[in-house]
Formats: sequence, C-alpha cells, structure tokens
Amino acid sequence: MMNRILPHPGLSALLVVMWIVMVNEVSFGALFLGVVFGVLVPIFTAPWWPGRPDVRFVPALGYAGIVLWDIIVANFEVAAIILFKPNRNLRPAWLIVPLELTSPEAITVFAGTISLTPGTVSSDVSACGKYLLVHALDAPDPAAEVAKIKARYETRLKEIFR
Amino acid sequence: MNGSAPAFVDLLVSALLVLGGVFALVGSWGLVRLPSLMERLHGPTKATTLGLGALLVASVAWFQLAEGVWTTHELLVSVFLFVTAPISANMIAKVHLHRLHNGEAGEGITPAGPVPPPPGNVQWATHEAPHEGTPGDFVGD
Repeated sequence: MMNRILPHPGLSALLVVMWIVMVNEVSFGALFLGVVFGVLVPIFTAPWWPGRPDVRFVPALGYAGIVLWDIIVANFEVAAIILFKPNRNLRPAWLIVPLELTSPEAITVFAGTISLTPGTVSSDVSACGKYLLVHALDAPDPAAEVAKIKARYETRLKEIFR
Repeated sequence: MNGSAPAFVDLLVSALLVLGGVFALVGSWGLVRLPSLMERLHGPTKATTLGLGALLVASVAWFQLAEGVWTTHELLVSVFLFVTAPISANMIAKVHLHRLHNGEAGEGITPAGPVPPPPGNVQWATHEAPHEGTPGDFVGD
C-alpha cells in the first residue's frame, strides 16, 4: 500500500523541498502543492526508475560537504594553472579509472564528482561498465592521480550506495 | 538599491561580486589560452563554478542584509548548476572522442596523447553499445 502511493519516498521529499525553495515561502498553500507534486511525480515517472539503490543519508551528507570543499579548492587550483602555468609545462593525461562501484546511480555520482573536482573531467565509461575514461588537466603522475580519486571518492561512495 | 544599507553590506556584496567576476573571467581566459579542446573543458567546469557561486552568495547577502528577506532561489540555481555542468562537459567530451575516432578533429591529437583503450576486449561506450548485463543495456529493464 505504502509502495503504491509513495514508490520513491526520497524523490517525494526532494520534490517537496525543491517546490518550497522555488516558491520561496513556507505557507500552507506552498506545502500543499509541494506534497501534491511529491506524490504525483514519482507515481507517473516510476517506469523510468527500474532499480533503486539504498542510499544512506548521513554518509551522503558528509560526502556532499567534502565535494563542496573540494570544488572550492579545485577552483583556486585551476585558476592558478590557467593564470600562471605556461602550456609547455602543462602535463595533461588520459586516466583509466577501474570501477568497483556497480550501480548506475553510484557510477553517475562518481563521474559527476570527478568532473567537478580538481583538474579532472570524466569523459566516457567503457562498454562493460568497469572503467571510466578521465582527462586530467595537469597530472605528472597519472597512477597517483587515479589512486587519489579512488581513495577520496570511491571508497566513500561504496559506503553510501550499498 | 534604496541606499539605506550599512556600509559593510555594500563592501561585502561588492567584494563577492568582484570575486565572482574575476573567477568567471579566469575561466573564460582558460578557454582562450589552453592548448586543445579537452584542456579547455576544465576552465568552464571549474573556475566558473566558483565565480557563479560567489555571485549567488552576494545575491543572498544583499537580499538578507539590505532588504531583510531570505531568498532561496540561489540555492536552486547552484543545485541545478552542479547537476548539469558535468553532464554538458561529458557530452562535449564524447563528441570530441567520436571525432578523434573518425579522424575529424581539426586540431589533431591533444597534448595528452591518443585516447587509451580500456583494458580487455572492450571499447569506450562512445564507440560500442553497452554489453549485455551491464547497467544501461536496457535489456533487463
């Protein structure tokens, strides 16, 4: 019964919060319409959510904090490279990151994180779903860069998506 | 802009606006001076994010400190930015891989060298359909 009305409780809660943030007021009307959307949208989009991994929210919040901090640091690092490092000293490299994550949602979050953080953009995934192709702006030691990415983000994501 | 805001508010908001503008400018400068497309992708996905972030914080600070209202729209803008920026970068990278593969990329190979194939008997998903049983093959869905 609960599953029929709320097939995706996390998405429902997110939609209610997003609606209130968008209306920019906490009133009965805004909350009511938000709940209407929060119930209806997941029901009508359920066919596009075939498998839903269990997400653990407390580690997810910690992860969001780490990524936010890394984004700020990444901005200063990339700005410094753009301003002060001549092209001849730049060491761009392709990295191949072997994946231990298996669910598509986890791999998507991992790839998005790589794109937003220090000097790396994820470019492609292998057809077998086991490797990510990442372009690094300045990586004199590609193997160390891959190890850093895996240790900092993938181990945490394995705790979140189980 | 009613002119009644205290001086420190003006200073804070101005400093944030200048910081945001500088980062947006640096990101755009990266687009001009980096050697090839893959390197140029790094400017807009990183330096500009913080630029926009500083502008959004300036907007929140102005409405709260000078006008006395909380606005939450900036939060939504940053969430959508964080969700969409990696996807557009990924799409540009995939088109570039495709063009490199077909020998259509006008500027030739990037300083990073040719794209390495993944280990094993497999290609990148731009050149080969997902294998059966992997996430996204749409057979089991």
